[in-house]
Amino acid sequence: MPLELRINWIKCDAHGMCAELFPELIALDEWGYPILDPRPIPPELEAHARRAVAACPTCALALERVPRRPR
Amino acid sequence: MSDPLGVTVGPSVYWYVTRSTGSVALMLLTASVALGVLDVGRIATKRVPRFLIDGAHRSTSLLAVVFLAVHIVTAVLDTFVSITLIDAVVPFVGSYRPFWLGLGAVAFDLLVALVLTSIARRFVGHRTWRATHWLAYACWPIALLHTLGTGSDVKSTWMLAISLACLAVVLVAVCARAIVGWPSRLGLRLAALGGAVVFAGGLALWLPQGPLGHDWAERSGTPAQALGSSPSKERVPVPRQDSASVYSKRPA
Ligand code: SF4
Repeated sequence: MPLELRINWIKCDAHGMCAELFPELIALDEWGYPILDPRPIPPELEAHARRAVAACPTCALALERVPRRPR
Repeated sequence: MSDPLGVTVGPSVYWYVTRSTGSVALMLLTASVALGVLDVGRIATKRVPRFLIDGAHRSTSLLAVVFLAVHIVTAVLDTFVSITLIDAVVPFVGSYRPFWLGLGAVAFDLLVALVLTSIARRFVGHRTWRATHWLAYACWPIALLHTLGTGSDVKSTWMLAISLACLAVVLVAVCARAIVGWPSRLGLRLAALGGAVVFAGGLALWLPQGPLGHDWAERSGTPAQALGSSPSKERVPVPRQDSASVYSKRPA
């Protein structure tokens, strides 16, 4: 099952660390809050995603296994 | 302690290692505090992004634990003064400079608590983690007092320079921390600044008559047999091969 990024918006404090570490799927809006790419994380980028999750200062970012959506 | 085989050995390697790892650990803790303040202040540039500072803060703290582990184990292994593993974790129970060694134990315990809650941050929860992280500001001054109170090199210029430089770095860091986000929680900020001033002032008053003064080794609670025969070297416990003569000159 692919992994997806989830953000707890109440916890997120716009530190922007996640976007620094995982720019492939995370961008920042003009206030520094992350904008997530909705695509599931390609397996070769999973390590980067994990690193971004571990770096988030407020533990707002999480990785979740999601069942593959029917097309 | 005389060598059972009658072979004399110089000051044990442990003795050198414990001193050097101790001073390196102080520097690492200082760096960790400074980086932590930069981190929480969200200081970053294009070339030095935040994750770099954050990563450096995490790594220096972990490295400090490693150095402290070596510092403790070698201090225990060094047979000249009797320090047990228990003295290194349980404060104020040892026989060698109990108070000052105990401060080291307190600082180490605090650091371990800081590191463990950080590693288990996901499980501990952000709020608890943040609350425990305030302990860092208690850990550092306690570690410095331990350095000054037990350190055998405090009177040498290089160690004094290191200690004062570390103090300066942390004072600047605390001031910076108090300013970042001013004026929310003003009381806490003023308390931090006041604490820093009191600590620095207290050190300035205590150092000249404490570790830099006369007979500190005796006054700090070094056991009599470890004090050695040469008063001029009161700070440095006598290397092993001298011990036999120490005992003969100082009947118990
Ligand atoms: S690192 Fe965490 S707090 Fe910062 S923007 Fe990303 S999710 Fe939000």
